[in-house]
Amino acid sequence: MSHPLDPRPRVGLFVTCLVDLMRPSIGFASVKLLEQAGCKVEVPLAQTCCGQPAYNSGNKADALALARQTIAAFDGFDYVVAPSGSCAGMLKSHYPKLLAHDPAWATRARTFAERVHELVSFLVHVRGMTTVDAVYEGRVTYHDSCSGLRELGIKQQPRQLLSSVKGLDLVEMADNEVCCGFGGTFAIKYGDISNAMVEKKTRNIAAADPSLLLAGDLGCLMNMAGKMKREGRNIAVRHVAEILAGELSDPPIGEAAG
Amino acid sequence: MVEIKTREFKANARVALDDPQLQRALAGLPGGLVAQRTAARDKLPEFEDLRDVGRDIRDHTLAHLDLYLAEWERKAVAAGAHVHWAPTAADARDIIEKICREANAKIVTKGKSMISEEIALNGYLEARGFEVVETDLGEYLVQIRKETPSHIIAPAIHLTQEQVEADFRRLHTHLPQDRVLVEPAQLVDEARKILRQKFVAADVGITGANFLIAETGSSIIVTNEGNGDLTQSLAKTHVVVASIDKVVPTLEDVSSILRLLARSATGQEFSTYTTFSTGPRRKADPDGPEAYHVVILDNGRSELLATEMREILRCIRCGACMNHCPVYNAIGGHAYGWVYPGPIGAVLTPSLIGVKAASNLPNASTFCGKCEAVCPMKIPLPKLMRLHRETEFDLGNLPRGYAFGLKTWAWFAKRPRLYHLGARFAIAALGALGGARGAFRALPFAGGWTKHRDLPAPQGRTFQQLWAEQQAGLNRPSQTRARS
Repeated sequence: MSHPLDPRPRVGLFVTCLVDLMRPSIGFASVKLLEQAGCKVEVPLAQTCCGQPAYNSGNKADALALARQTIAAFDGFDYVVAPSGSCAGMLKSHYPKLLAHDPAWATRARTFAERVHELVSFLVHVRGMTTVDAVYEGRVTYHDSCSGLRELGIKQQPRQLLSSVKGLDLVEMADNEVCCGFGGTFAIKYGDISNAMVEKKTRNIAAADPSLLLAGDLGCLMNMAGKMKREGRNIAVRHVAEILAGELSDPPIGEAAG
Repeated sequence: MVEIKTREFKANARVALDDPQLQRALAGLPGGLVAQRTAARDKLPEFEDLRDVGRDIRDHTLAHLDLYLAEWERKAVAAGAHVHWAPTAADARDIIEKICREANAKIVTKGKSMISEEIALNGYLEARGFEVVETDLGEYLVQIRKETPSHIIAPAIHLTQEQVEADFRRLHTHLPQDRVLVEPAQLVDEARKILRQKFVAADVGITGANFLIAETGSSIIVTNEGNGDLTQSLAKTHVVVASIDKVVPTLEDVSSILRLLARSATGQEFSTYTTFSTGPRRKADPDGPEAYHVVILDNGRSELLATEMREILRCIRCGACMNHCPVYNAIGGHAYGWVYPGPIGAVLTPSLIGVKAASNLPNASTFCGKCEAVCPMKIPLPKLMRLHRETEFDLGNLPRGYAFGLKTWAWFAKRPRLYHLGARFAIAALGALGGARGAFRALPFAGGWTKHRDLPAPQGRTFQQLWAEQQAGLNRPSQTRARS
């Protein structure tokens, strides 16, 4: 709950393991946006990963343990916000199902899920943000990551905020709702098929002729950035939060500093 | 028996990815069946509500399957049908062979039936001296090539027109070699002429059933070529082979489901032919078979009823899940290694032949969720694939290295303090290694990834580390990348 002397809602940032490990700048961009939206942001240390690798590999016991750990880590926050549709979907859609048969946790998981939001949809739907104060000169295309799109209905929210970025020209690519081929461990276990999928994706990206590709999930972004780097395509890749927060001092995903 | 090649899924997929003909054929899917379904859905405002109706009809029927099957049988027998119950594929084959023998059959024509594929009927009958002729054009093409269907409604979707022309020239040697076969219509004409002779000569006609109607004791087939009608009405004996899950309570119910079926499958409002069979030919009927048999196959389905896997039995075989599946679009149907490809196969195949044999199928999905989003019966396909993965994990069937990695990672993830400490060191090392280029071209433990694409390097410090420093007032880093 928010402090009696501080009316701002208390938001617990679920950093996500990929952002924590691979690209902290997305986390800082998220904090900046949440603060601009009038929130007090805290980052519980007791969080690690949402448990999807275990959950999607059939390892239910570890998925359950991580679900309980995450729910406990965010006790007392008004909201739990994640810069990822995939991880937010896990917390919001799957935890209640995972824990539905655990009398001690079922209700807790449900009320937790009600407080969970993906970052951009939280800014737009819960905090009523309609514009951001950011500048990006160039053509941009946006990939709709699967879990955010189909589990959480994230489609217009990022486009609405991106339309307020000065100089930004959003061009839609063909098949922007088709999976990029990431799929967590799928990309490694079925690398050949994953590659065929990401090849189609990068062809569609390139056909839109953007200078920058955006999405709301770092896993998909690493997949597409890694493929375009291998293909030698000159298209920068960033998380949508970085653009919305105007946090562009770090090099794009997969690029070196300087 | 149709060979089960589900274990070779990865190798099959590699072959499929390297097959330019197949890739050319598959490239037609998005602009074809997928675009047609979207157009049909957009033209029907109640389409999404109808999906709820369809799901509820099927759920209700499955919850009372015994009652509806018994009622269907009562009505069917009253109309003069012979009803045969086949617990297994072998039972079904035996029953059908017996019917063919009693009919003194030489030529057996077939309408399209996935159940007949599941019980591997063609090879069985052929080995016993019957001439079996597939009469659906796609099935005919697959049969003359000695292949299996690569799609449940478009069995020859893996073929290009040029391949079909070559096959016709190779096999229809009684026709002039210099005949023109350029237009699809010319190919269809040629097949039609050959099949017409078979229709007339057939002693037994075998079809599947899209549905069985408890209210009337009928079976239904929907086709676009009319071949099913000729198969079942010109031969003296009509054999329907259908699985237990095909029954729906009433004509009203089946009408609702048919509104979804063709739209989901091909984007048609209705298939060209929707044919109801209720018993054999009656005295006043102008045509129809003298004998009408229905073989009802279980083959493991009744065991699914009491499990969470029951929802897969709602399937009406429209094929929308595979049409929209990015994995199916990449590799086609044969790579799946058994009768049912795509997301429906990823759930149904392990249910019918066992998770161990078919473990690749439920794993070869990104869980993108598109199949569930388009399924007219709202089957939660990703959820059911995940249930198979749980079974596989519990069986200890995961590759050892993968299982070890997963457990090690989980061990750390369940210990946040240790996890964050370990992450700092690992990420500092990786960041230092990859920082200069920003991405790795190769990494020893990530070959599946780096074979095809670079792996973006981490920025060098973890968010938790930087956040802690910032909270302690040490610095607010303008750049989060570690400086070396």
